[in-house]
Amino acid sequence: MNEPQTIAEMKLVIEAALLTSSQPLSLDELTRLFADRMERATLRMLLDELKADWQQRTMELVQVASGWRFQARAEYAPFLARLSPEKPQRYSRAALETLAIIAYRQPVTRGDIEEIRGVAVNPNIIRMLQERDWIDIVGERDVPGRPSLFATTKTFLDDLNLRSLSELPPMENFAQVEIPLDL
Amino acid sequence: MIESLANVGGSQARIHGETITALPQDLYIPPDALEVYLEAFEGPLDLLLYLIRKHNLDILDIPMADLTRQYMDYVEKMRSIKLELAADYLLMSAMLIEIKSRMLLPKPAEIEQEDDPRAELVRRLMEYESIKLAGQKLDDLPQVGREILVAQAYYQQIIEVQPPTVSLDELMAAWQAVLERASKFAHHKISRDELSVREHMSQILRRLQQDKLLEFAALFDIRNDGLPKLVVCFLAILELVKEGMVKMTQQVAFSPIYLQIA
Repeated sequence: MNEPQTIAEMKLVIEAALLTSSQPLSLDELTRLFADRMERATLRMLLDELKADWQQRTMELVQVASGWRFQARAEYAPFLARLSPEKPQRYSRAALETLAIIAYRQPVTRGDIEEIRGVAVNPNIIRMLQERDWIDIVGERDVPGRPSLFATTKTFLDDLNLRSLSELPPMENFAQVEIPLDL
Repeated sequence: MIESLANVGGSQARIHGETITALPQDLYIPPDALEVYLEAFEGPLDLLLYLIRKHNLDILDIPMADLTRQYMDYVEKMRSIKLELAADYLLMSAMLIEIKSRMLLPKPAEIEQEDDPRAELVRRLMEYESIKLAGQKLDDLPQVGREILVAQAYYQQIIEVQPPTVSLDELMAAWQAVLERASKFAHHKISRDELSVREHMSQILRRLQQDKLLEFAALFDIRNDGLPKLVVCFLAILELVKEGMVKMTQQVAFSPIYLQIA
């Protein structure tokens, strides 16, 4: 196949790459598909068109934190779930709270997590989140003991279909607070 | 509101309660205790929040006496059946009592503006509750592998084999090496005399007399001698050492070996 010349040909190349990639592809990666110089703006335009082309199909093109990917439309998920023998595990409340603290208050130390939750941090939860590549250590706090600072990763955003942390659901305040704090 | 919450916690807080759903994973207290009282709680803050909700207490004006009493009730029940209690729960008991006692102290008029002793507890309760809610919201988001299924079409990666380039110099060098190797197989006709160990012994002795000290490796002419001759040379050296005519020395392991006349 020759180098793609037309918009339609370029879109097909992008489509093939996105459909076969196991990871979301970033704009930088997508520009490498083409021998000629490809403007990012052009690429964005092509992606938008491709997204529109797939509107009526079972897969949809979405943008997440680390790039673009094709995924099954949500309405098919219940059917696809029947193919997997076991139900996906849900995280415990302890794990979810730990994750929420890291996601919303990052970067945080173990101590910060313990301070907010009022109980000791279970090392298994931290390890489990690290193994899933949802959190990692981004540095150390400059205090005695130099505790590690945890933050969420791009994979975490990708896996939750988010482009950035700002897309996290907003934090609610204490549910029944109506009177201003007057202590 | 009160009722629904009371249902959630109340039924699970029953003694000898049969219904067991899930145990909190980060509490280092025996499972029995969790089943009976603390099953639904993720820690002291969670228990306090539950009590506040259940009794519809105003978080901004917590009746410390009531709250502390209720909290201690739970904790005491657990202690009475001799269950070890997570330190976090005991620490919170101490904190509640401390707040209560600070509130009982009469305040001198001039420091009337002192902060409410409950302020820090209220702040922590509020922060914990918002994190708790945020955790539930995160869980509600669709997740890859759960609700989101990523497309992954198969394609066969064809790797084009690039033949490596060869320069003329490299070719020449390779040919030279072949010639040299061939030369080593060329002169295998060795006469009986040449193979005499005794003869080699004398040759080595002669060389040692001349040079006094020789390196072990220097006694072998690897370039010109065939393998049989090298073996004979080696045997000759061993023989010389055995008969005490030659002394072998080595400073440290793997350093050069030297031979000299004994």
